[in-house]
Amino acid sequence: MLEIKNLNVHYGVIQALKNISLTVNNGEIVTLIGANGAGKTTTLRTISGLNKPTSGEILLEGKEITSLSAPQRVKLGISQVPEGRRIFPDMSVLENLELGAFLRNDKNNIKKDMENIYQRFPILSDRKRQTAGTLSGGEQQMLAMGRALMSRPRILLLDEPSMGLAPLLVREIFEIIKDINSTGTTILLVEQNASMALAIAHRAYVIETGTIVMSGTGEELAKSDEIQKAYLGGE
Amino acid sequence: MEQFLQQVVNGISLGSIYALIALGYTMVYGIINLINFAHGDVYMIGAYIGFAAITYAKLGFFPALVITMILCAILGVVIERVAYKPLRNSTRIAVLITAIGVSLLLEYVMMFFVGAEVRSYPKVLSGEVFHLVGVVINIQQIYIVVTAIALMILLQFIVHKTKIGKAMRAVSVDQDAAQLMGIKVDSTISYTFAIGSAFAGAAGVLVGIYYNSIDPLMGIMPGLKAFIAAVFGGIGSIPGAMIGGLSIGIMETLVSGYGNSMYRDAAVFAFLIIILILKPTGLLGKNTREKV
Ligand SMILES: Nc1ncnc2c1ncn2[C@@H]1O[C@H](COP(=O)(O)OP(=O)(O)OP(=O)(O)O)[C@@H](O)[C@H]1O
Ligand SMILES: [Mg+2]
Repeated sequence: MLEIKNLNVHYGVIQALKNISLTVNNGEIVTLIGANGAGKTTTLRTISGLNKPTSGEILLEGKEITSLSAPQRVKLGISQVPEGRRIFPDMSVLENLELGAFLRNDKNNIKKDMENIYQRFPILSDRKRQTAGTLSGGEQQMLAMGRALMSRPRILLLDEPSMGLAPLLVREIFEIIKDINSTGTTILLVEQNASMALAIAHRAYVIETGTIVMSGTGEELAKSDEIQKAYLGGE
Repeated sequence: MEQFLQQVVNGISLGSIYALIALGYTMVYGIINLINFAHGDVYMIGAYIGFAAITYAKLGFFPALVITMILCAILGVVIERVAYKPLRNSTRIAVLITAIGVSLLLEYVMMFFVGAEVRSYPKVLSGEVFHLVGVVINIQQIYIVVTAIALMILLQFIVHKTKIGKAMRAVSVDQDAAQLMGIKVDSTISYTFAIGSAFAGAAGVLVGIYYNSIDPLMGIMPGLKAFIAAVFGGIGSIPGAMIGGLSIGIMETLVSGYGNSMYRDAAVFAFLIIILILKPTGLLGKNTREKV
């Protein structure tokens, strides 16, 4: 579904991504794990078109999308829940969700999807008219996920959805991610919480200072000594 | 008392015009953090377009207003595309200096084409006056206030109910997040310039009708005062610009009516300084950090 080939991204003279290649197959949950500053966010931003690569290719369903703008990529079915959620704090929960469907014109289906989101996140239904900035961190994360789903993505990019949340809530968010995936949405999940991410992922990549250093199934990586040491706090 | 009411009525007319101009300042600032110094000159050009539409094309008030607004909207978009867009990633000071350059360019290009002399506006509305509890209200004032209110209601509708308005609000808060929703930042910025400039054009026509005279430098002072109105209301806030415009209009007529019209402008600036000391973000401004 999504393929990245030899991607290089620079911020000025700093090279944030060095020749990264990765693949996400249709229906998979793929996770990209790595420490602070490894280049995870940069990878997702480049896939969404917010950062321009210096070289390399991004393919969606075999078609080159590297030169498309961010909105065009949304139209093709790439949706992102950005790091830090980035909801629109002065707008209501409802308006945030409506913005997620900005490119759609099928009013009736938008309504249906909105109902589905309220079912998945009942708290958002209760807070419909509330300004999004007044939501708690966990609620904001749910809103950001709901908003991203409103575009009916084929692939959903999630940037550290568990960041800053209590353990119980983290568990819930990961359950929801699994559930979203089971209804047919392909997922690329960026996480620092490696154990949780590896537990739900079909496949995983490890990124260190802009380079992919390891890849395999979630299970394989969870068992690997190096991963145990570096990311799972094992001996 | 009657004199007071009379000054308030005059102040509301003048203030409505300031409010229309202030809206453009505040919307543009809200979306790209630029104080568009050329905005007062778009208002001046609007006054000339209205002048031409009424004098040469023999149009009535309403068609002249609509044509002026359309042409000013186009002018605003052209200014943005040509002068500001290439500087999207430059320092703020570079863009600010460019804005001042565009302002001077518009003023002197107009002077070249239409001459520096003051022209008197054609009479497009009757000179009828109404007397209401001792207050004189003329037909121009009614047109000004009604037009301004109608445009502000239209703006509220656009901003809150339409996709363009929602895109404008989203881009003004977070451009990256807006793009992730599929919003095109460049066209949203263009729409913002179009609407703000159309409003400035409308204000230009209204002022021509009210004061009966226009010249190529007429945009400087009202532009400055409308900018103050926007800051007073809280720059970036649409209701703030409306309230700011009205307050400054009323204050100005009261100072000229009771005191001395020579102190009028000084009073406005003193007032701004006091407001900024008491509440640096303006009346309805948010206490959020300055965006980078
Ligand atoms: N806007 C920027 N300008 C300059 N350098 C940047 C910018 N954004 C990121 N970087 C640098 O690029 C590298 C990768 O950053 P990135 O945000 O992609 O890391 P990350 O893996 O998402 O980290 P974290 O887990 O902390 O979110 C870092 O060295 C960072 O300092
Ligand atoms: Mg990150």
